[in-house]
Amino acid sequence: MAAKLVAGETTSVALTQAHLDRIAAVDTDVHAFLYVDTEGALAQATAVDAKRAKGEKLSPLAGVPLALKDVMAQKGVPTTCGSKILEGWRPPYDSTVVANLKKNDIVILGKTNMDEFAMGSSTENSAYGPTHNPWDLSRIPGGSGGGSSAALAAFEAPLAIGTDTGGSIRQPAAVTGTVGVKPTYGGVSRFGLVAFSSSLDQAGPCARTVLDTALLHEAIAGHDPKDATSINAPVPQVVAAAKSGDVKGMKIGVVKELNGDGYQPGVRARFEESLELLAKAGAEIVEVSAPNFEYALAAYYLIAPSECSSNLARFDAMRYGLRVGDIDGASAESVMNLTREVGFGKEVKRRIILGTYALSSGYYDAYYGSAQKVRTLITQDFIKAFEKADVLVSPTCPTTAFKIGEKANDPLAMYLNDIATIPVNMAGIGGMSLPSGLADEDGLPVGFQIMSPVMKDERMYSVGAALEAALLTQWGAPLLDKAPIMGGAR
Amino acid sequence: MTLSYDDVVAKYEPVLGLEVHVELNTNSKMFCGCSTVFGAEPNTQTCPVCLALPGALPVVNEKAIESTIKIGLALNCSIAPFSRFARKNYFYPDMPKNFQISQYDEPICVDGYVDVEIETDEGPKKFRVEVERVHMEEDTGKSLHVGGATGRIHGAEYSLLDYNRAGIPLVEIVTKIVPGTGKYAPEVAKAYVAELRDILRALGVSDVKMEQGSLRCDANVSLRLIGAEKLGTRSETKNVNSLRSVERAVRGEMIRHAELLNAGGRVVQETRHFQEDTGLTRSGRSKEQAEDYRYFPEPDLVPVAPDAAWIEELRATLPERPSIRRKRLQEVWAVPDKEMSAMINADVLDIVEATVLLGSDPTKARSWWLGEISRIANDKNIAIANLAITPQDVAEIVALVNAGELTDKLARQVVEGVIAGEGQPADVVAKRGIKVVNDDGALMAAIEKVCAEQTETAEKVRNGHLPAAGALIGAVMKETKGQADAARVRELLLGHLGQATS
Repeated sequence: MAAKLVAGETTSVALTQAHLDRIAAVDTDVHAFLYVDTEGALAQATAVDAKRAKGEKLSPLAGVPLALKDVMAQKGVPTTCGSKILEGWRPPYDSTVVANLKKNDIVILGKTNMDEFAMGSSTENSAYGPTHNPWDLSRIPGGSGGGSSAALAAFEAPLAIGTDTGGSIRQPAAVTGTVGVKPTYGGVSRFGLVAFSSSLDQAGPCARTVLDTALLHEAIAGHDPKDATSINAPVPQVVAAAKSGDVKGMKIGVVKELNGDGYQPGVRARFEESLELLAKAGAEIVEVSAPNFEYALAAYYLIAPSECSSNLARFDAMRYGLRVGDIDGASAESVMNLTREVGFGKEVKRRIILGTYALSSGYYDAYYGSAQKVRTLITQDFIKAFEKADVLVSPTCPTTAFKIGEKANDPLAMYLNDIATIPVNMAGIGGMSLPSGLADEDGLPVGFQIMSPVMKDERMYSVGAALEAALLTQWGAPLLDKAPIMGGAR
Repeated sequence: MTLSYDDVVAKYEPVLGLEVHVELNTNSKMFCGCSTVFGAEPNTQTCPVCLALPGALPVVNEKAIESTIKIGLALNCSIAPFSRFARKNYFYPDMPKNFQISQYDEPICVDGYVDVEIETDEGPKKFRVEVERVHMEEDTGKSLHVGGATGRIHGAEYSLLDYNRAGIPLVEIVTKIVPGTGKYAPEVAKAYVAELRDILRALGVSDVKMEQGSLRCDANVSLRLIGAEKLGTRSETKNVNSLRSVERAVRGEMIRHAELLNAGGRVVQETRHFQEDTGLTRSGRSKEQAEDYRYFPEPDLVPVAPDAAWIEELRATLPERPSIRRKRLQEVWAVPDKEMSAMINADVLDIVEATVLLGSDPTKARSWWLGEISRIANDKNIAIANLAITPQDVAEIVALVNAGELTDKLARQVVEGVIAGEGQPADVVAKRGIKVVNDDGALMAAIEKVCAEQTETAEKVRNGHLPAAGALIGAVMKETKGQADAARVRELLLGHLGQATS
């Protein structure tokens, strides 16, 4: 698309309008979007076209439309985080990611659906109803960023922004047959990303190809003085890596603990097949062990809820968002209580309660304290593993997309879906998921995860590009061509 | 029946603990770029960060860290090579995030002390107050409770919130328990806060205005029977807004505790609010059930790890310790204790020193600033520092008096003129046409004129009734528009009327 824009074969306005039309045609079925900013998107597109007409030098993705996860503050545009408690709130400021998108003239189509405050793996926890997987509308698109990935898979947008706290970019990418990257923690600014778990949250790029993802990665990444945890170092050269796709001599470590029992046969088959392709492309496959990964899930479900119990305390009806029970004589305390009672969904409340408990005096050491120790051990496992391999790989998730409602009443089963993605967040390293084919038993997409050391994000792009090229040769056409065509032509 | 203070200290030993909150005078807030100027329209100094809008993140103000390290060094603390911020979680409408970013188990400065000297029955005595920690945190917003009789939240019709103060950098200085002060506990508490205030002012890190809340003291007091090991239950008194109140609050709490204990009751662990008018405290929040703040390390901030070289650089910039400086100045200037205290209390030490450095002699500099200029400042109800008169001006005026070009009385007119904005002393002298009449001929003419007009009075003086001369001198001064040297007039007048001068 970017090439066609540069060549003058199309305009950003035409491209944007085509995507708005596509959204109008299919989104009643998919429900990827919570808000479509028709006017804003077209205005932005018109401005880019004008710049291009004047011969201004533009960024590589200038004029290309994008879907923004509703957890990112965008000035003047509703930002709900999938929650009733923020219904109607329009931020008075742009998140750094949005500012970077605008600087790169990337056209923002609207805000995508998500599990409330990014807590979930299916987008069923959105207060505004679930998103449906374009591969099978009765199935979940993953979560929490199901809206962004479904928008890509349904051709409602060619680019999307997600955020990943325990797999919220990679797991939706896996189950929708798209590409998603969680950069190194601190690689992309969190300023304006409504926090779920501050030490784990990371925004990242989503697209349908590794190269598009890399281009978007470079557009949004970089040091931000407004985020104290942002890394002050040059952005890894991910576009160059995605273009070369060279894996000759690279050591690829298969994590023993992230495979085997509990992983669906089709998932395992596609994983093995991808390893063979990478070996054929010149990589050396080695096995590595990460013995502490088995505690990752438990530790994650202490750290993330603890931080969220504090991060979500600000939703108190005093300054913005929903306000319930503000009748004559009601105390601030009662308004706060009622608003939070009505405004938060079940999963959010569950995690706030869990986190409040874990941080309580007398329990802190046993819960939060121990979880932090596990986190250190996981980081050490990664450090050791990266001594043996340049990147690590695993299936992105144990299964393909499950049915909507299938695990809604079994939080533990739902949590298990993130077992392979969570260690990456715990250690703050980079992770990518790209499609590795369809599972034989259900014909649904399977994701392949690549993990790279801190600020060595280019490595996962090299491996991702190599695997993508090999798979494309094998398939003869992109995997998404096999997805059901909805709403007429794409 | 109120117990006498002597009875209290005959039976019980007081144990002090002091927590002082200092608002730093940085230009911007602790975690965002908003202004910190006092007294702006409500909610005009706010941004997404200090209003805790969703998605906003804090970034530490480097200047605040620098100020805190300086405070730590000045209080003889060690500076932690690695310290962290933590979240203190509790819900209150004037706290935007519903958690306060503070420091918990890893403060930036630890283990210091402040030496204070107080007057005792046995003469001056030194007490060492040990400082447990100095840490950084952010201030909350302000709630204004409207309606209801008390101005408190209970009974109010509604409340207004002003977030201008939310996020202003605060430094909390916590002492270890201070035993061994005996009956001098109130004086030691006051002297400690005063010394702290002077140190902070000398460092230039805070306005240290207790009445505006830029320096706030919480006084913790408990009693135990003399000789007992176990500490008694403490109360924590807030709202202590002046040095005098610190002393009164500690004394008042000691008496209150003793009365409770003597009656077989027990002291409740609680926050109490000092009442300026009565000198008593009123019960506040009970701390019997310790609130659980669920502290955990602030994940939005990286640890503070000041480099050792930087700390040494800051140490090198520390000013002279105020107590040492006071001693030095008192010695050099040869000032009696009482006068020294007066200068300290009137807060003119710096300005007097500056005037002396510009050539004035210490006694004259002191008497101008402490006398005439203080009086004008009081009349106008503004701070001396805000008057339009500088140490340079005062030094010039003193020089003019020394040169005999001004009398003290004329000099007062010049001071007045300078303060009124008429220019520097030389300008005022020129504009007002002020000069000493030291031409004896002109004086004699005036004396003769006055004696001719008031023959009766002149006769009395001639007959040896010297007090009557005052009226004549006054008339001569009036005749010469106050520009004469009164002593010279007296001399000439008495000679003229046949009386020897001594």
